[in-house]
Amino acid sequence: MHKMLILAAASAALLGANAFAVERGELLASTCLSCHGPDGHSTKVQGAVPSLAGLEKGYLVKSLQEFKAGTRASSVMKRLASGYTDEEYALMADYLSKLK
Amino acid sequence: MSITRRDFLKVSGMGAASALIAGCAGMGASGAKPKVVVVGAGYGGATCAKYLRKWGPHIEVTLIEPNDKFVSCPRSNLVIGGLRNMDYLTHGYDNLPKHGIRMVKDTVVAIDPGKRTVTTKGGTTLGYDRLVLAPGIDVRTDTVKGFQEAEAAGKVVHAWKAGAQTALLRKQLEAMPDGGVFVIGIPGTPYRCPPGPYERISLVANYFKQAKPKSKIIVLDSNADIVSKKPLFTWAWNSFYPGMIDYRGSSAATGVDGSRMVVSTEFDDIKADVMNVVPRQRAGELCALAGVRNDSTGNWCAVDFISFESTAVPFVHIIGDSVAAALPKSGHMATNQAKICAAAIVELLAGRKPEAAPVIANTCYSDTSATTGGHVANVYRYNAEKKTYVDPGGGGATPQGDELNHTYAESWAQNIWAEVLS
Repeated sequence: MHKMLILAAASAALLGANAFAVERGELLASTCLSCHGPDGHSTKVQGAVPSLAGLEKGYLVKSLQEFKAGTRASSVMKRLASGYTDEEYALMADYLSKLK
Repeated sequence: MSITRRDFLKVSGMGAASALIAGCAGMGASGAKPKVVVVGAGYGGATCAKYLRKWGPHIEVTLIEPNDKFVSCPRSNLVIGGLRNMDYLTHGYDNLPKHGIRMVKDTVVAIDPGKRTVTTKGGTTLGYDRLVLAPGIDVRTDTVKGFQEAEAAGKVVHAWKAGAQTALLRKQLEAMPDGGVFVIGIPGTPYRCPPGPYERISLVANYFKQAKPKSKIIVLDSNADIVSKKPLFTWAWNSFYPGMIDYRGSSAATGVDGSRMVVSTEFDDIKADVMNVVPRQRAGELCALAGVRNDSTGNWCAVDFISFESTAVPFVHIIGDSVAAALPKSGHMATNQAKICAAAIVELLAGRKPEAAPVIANTCYSDTSATTGGHVANVYRYNAEKKTYVDPGGGGATPQGDELNHTYAESWAQNIWAEVLS
């Protein structure tokens, strides 16, 4: 019985190694929301930081790539996009695109 | 999934074994809901409580805060410069209970890391599986001679925590005659909000230019030079306020005299009409209570940067300004640390390891006049070898201000207040 418990706990630990309550895309994207607003909804101030919720994934990835390359004009976004990889853009964009 | 005991031993190692122990402890002997107590409802603490409930709806989260309202330190220089009022900075905590957070209005007076309890001034003792401390800074008014007497007499303020002193400094500037002298003292790094003093100087200068153009600002900086956004502030001071700001590097304010209205340095006594000396700082007193103010200087809290758990005391996490780190002490950074910490706690309570490669970003706006501002923005990536966050490059600050950044600064404030409190 004792052995069984150890095995059950071991399985849980092994599964747990790859399964997070918070997926990496959501955790990475949570940083974006400190400027872009809760759940990706920016408050209505004239000329404001844009909302991100529900934007198309491909558009978000392309925007980040263009900010990083400097081919799209930006304020803070060139500096921030430069710190992430293409793979991370895709994870973040996937999460943000699904926000209602 | 089938697994042999030998496989388990082979793959688990110490890491998984210790995670299992932590997991069992987190669940409690009776299988009761895990309990997290968060102390301090500023940018870091309120965000952490909110995200703990979002990502761990099974977790009982208690948020302890002595103040009735949240008063934002970011943007408080606009109040001092007469561009906004205190109501603009002040926000209620009314929305936090909607997330299932239990709010307790009280002050923590004791922490027992052995029994894992916190006790409040009101006499409540709360048990925890994980404790999050987000007290902000302790301003060392005892390190500037005469400060405490002058402060009690209302003759000097630091206004480095937003609140009554913010309003008082504004009143003093309004009462100052044209041709008066405003003396500001800046502490050596590390201190809360590195560009904050220079933004304050800019916005006080903006006010003087409009209302009291013969007035002067004397800056006594403990640091050798402007420590943050130097090109931005140099541009602003030369463009908008020429001849008004007398900047003195390596000139720490060592004393104040409220009756003579004098600020002293090692070499000089400087007569002032309004005195705003910001003493040096350390992690909030709560951290001392918990025994986690343990970095080499004894001023800040060393943490494991994956979980923000103390390196000194298990099950105690510290976020925000109190952390010993080469990260800027900003409200924005506290908010983002809170999310990494909340996610890590959810995983630890479930007996899993937290995300191994967290990435956080800081964005910080400073206004330089009534219509211009600039920013600094950087990304920080966890480096497993160095066990700390490393700037991958590509970030930095605007060399000059403009109207766009001024507009974004306002939008940033509205959005982060919503993110923290709504």
